[in-house]
Formats: sequence, C-alpha cells, structure tokens
Amino acid sequence: MSLVKTTSQTVGPYFAIGLTWLNKSDLTAPGVSGKKVTIEGRLLDADGKPIPDGLIEVWQANSHGKYAHPEDKQDKPLEKGFQGFGRIPMDGNGCFRFTTIQPGPVPGPDGKPQAPHILVSVFARGMLDRLVTRIYFPDEPLNNSDFVLNLIEPARRGTLIARKKGEGLEWNIVVQGPEETVFFNC
Amino acid sequence: MSNIAGYRRPMAGTQPNHLHPPYASSVARSPRQPLVYLPHTLSEVTGPIVGPERVDVKAFDLTKQHKGEPLGERIVVSGRVIDENGRPVPHTLVEIWQANSAGRYLHKVDQHNAPLDPNFTGCGHTLTDSEGRYRFVSIRPGEYPWKNHYNAWRPAHIHFSLFGPAFATRLVTQMYFQGDPLIPYDPIFNCTSDEKARNRLISQFDWESTIPEQALGYKFDIILNGRDSTPWENK
Repeated sequence: MSLVKTTSQTVGPYFAIGLTWLNKSDLTAPGVSGKKVTIEGRLLDADGKPIPDGLIEVWQANSHGKYAHPEDKQDKPLEKGFQGFGRIPMDGNGCFRFTTIQPGPVPGPDGKPQAPHILVSVFARGMLDRLVTRIYFPDEPLNNSDFVLNLIEPARRGTLIARKKGEGLEWNIVVQGPEETVFFNC
Repeated sequence: MSNIAGYRRPMAGTQPNHLHPPYASSVARSPRQPLVYLPHTLSEVTGPIVGPERVDVKAFDLTKQHKGEPLGERIVVSGRVIDENGRPVPHTLVEIWQANSAGRYLHKVDQHNAPLDPNFTGCGHTLTDSEGRYRFVSIRPGEYPWKNHYNAWRPAHIHFSLFGPAFATRLVTQMYFQGDPLIPYDPIFNCTSDEKARNRLISQFDWESTIPEQALGYKFDIILNGRDSTPWENK
C-alpha cells in the first residue's frame, strides 16, 4: 500500500491559541551536563522586515550526542530532564531567544560524526509549509568535514553558523533575499 | 553505525510550493533559492515525543473548557493517523485550534467584528491510541472574512498540528468541511496543485461517529510520511 502524505497548510496568524501550551524556550534543567548556551536572533522577510507572527521549533541531541528517542540506539547516556525539544514564538519584534545545552556530535552517513547542530522548523503566517534549517556552532572543528554543510555552496554555508554575541550566540533566519538562509528539502 | 532508512519525500504536486502568489503573504515569506536536499540522518529520523504525562486527557473536548456551553453546532471530529505505508501512527500528539461558531478567534490580532464566545477558547490536543485513532468534540467553526483580496472569506476550517515519529514527519495542516461553498475560492486550500491531494483536506460527514441528539460526526484521516524500506546510499 502506498498513500500520499497529507498536504501541508499554513499555521496562519492565530497558532498561539493552539500551540502555546507546549512553548519551551529553556531546554536545560538542573543536573543536565554540558555547556549552556543562549541563542537569539530574528526572523526576517524579503524586505528585511521582522516576522512577529512566526514560531520556531528546535530538536537536538544532548551534550553526549544522544537523542531522547527510541530510534537512537547509540551506547551513550541519556540525561533525565533533557528532551531536546523547544517551541519558541517570535516576540512583537520578530525576535526569538532560547537557552539550551550545546549538543554533542551525532553520527552521519557511514558513521562519520556530524558537527554539533540543532534542527529548526520555521512556521509563520504566509508559509504554506514549514521551512527546515540547521544551526551550527562557531569555532567548531567538525564544521569543515560536516557532510550537510558540504552539500551547500561555500558562499551560503555561513548562514547556518551562529555568531558569538556577548556571552551567547546570534543566529538570524532570513527567509528571502541576498542573505537568504539555507533551507532544506527534509 | 551504518546508513539508516529515511522517510519518503512527497510526490510532486501533493505539497504546496512555498511561493503561491494568490496567497499574498507567501510572496515575501518564501525563499527564492532552491531547497537543499537533506538526506535523512539520525537527526531527522528521531524527533520530539510528547508523552501521556504532558497531555491533559480532557483536552480533546473543546466544549467543556468553561462554565457554560459554547454556542454553535456541536461536532465530533475523528479519524486515524496512518503513514504512507498504511501503518497506524500510535500515541502521537495531535493539536488543534479554530475560530468559534461566529468565525472569530480568541486572539488579539483577530479584529473581525463577530462576537467572542466566553465559553469557547478553541484549542485542544490529544494522543492517538494504539491504532492511530483520535477524536475531538468541538463546535463547527464559522467562516470569516480576511484581507487577502477583495471580499475574501476563509472556508470553515480547523488547524491541525502533528509530530509523528520523527522530525521528518512533522505536519501542520487545516481540515475543511464537506459541502462548504467557499472552498473552491480559497487560495490557501488551493495552494496544492494536485487536486486529489487537496481534496483530502476536506472532512466527510460521518453517521457512525455522530452522537444522536447531540453532535454531528466528521471523519478526517491524516497521512504522515512513510519509511523507506532500504537505507539511502551514499554517493
């Protein structure tokens, strides 16, 4: 039997009614190991205007590079209290901010490690389907050999790598234009 | 770890393009660069799990969240969540939100001059059972005007959000009602070029789930990405 996935539709402007109950912008918890990091940025449209009625969801491994999911069979510790999922709405200025633990490397094809990364889904009024992208970390030696970053033309790779800003990191999502973020067919 | 089986990609035309000019706000909010094909790795075949400890077992009934009963026509919306291989997707989170029976959302941005209903919030969630079944009790949402074009009206709809088993299976969609005369004119409904695919967003009236003297039943089945049977090969 082969069926076809249900068609995606926009979240529209009123998703807060249904989705707010699961908002989570601090993924850390007491006793969870790893380097705590705050990532903030803006969601911008083709004209550089902020998108206030947008939402991101993030998914990541823990500091050991282990996902809190039964399909991850790696012999690495799970951390009670770290689920690796966040749901973060934009504020009125199209800004988001979340605090998490820097993930460890997870295996890619042929078991080679991927550089530490966070998966991101972007939802907003005007987006008929989610946009999928990834956040990578600055000064990370594995970035050079990461197989996903190497799928992207060199000039655009930087759109996925967060920049240092004060104590934390800054990473903007540019939906369209010269600085357009790389989005994936996932 | 060797290569792993990924999830199937959508068939051409069965999912919307990000740019669909008749839906005006998609123009500035869609990328222009082609999407980069991402082979599925452990990162994409895992995904968030919201278990029963997070779920309010009463949240399936949107008519019992306040002291009084909401106004409008009571409905039961139920169906199955299955994958493209026909297998049920058990114990997965389904979230919904909708307008009230007058076509007004409980949201500060919604300035439509239809009345709010003090007995209706318009949000619910539930987990599918071991066979992938879900069921909500609600009221039929009203149609409402929007400013996409002259005299634009959204057909009655309920927003659905599902995780499925993996990051790759995430789905947000909208369910419509059989016989709604506004459906053919709606640029959001029409954003998908494949006619069969978009028509599957229309729920069907269903006697079996109707509760006599209480609520009309509508059936809406949801299909998530199926798993490929073989791992993809590294080039």
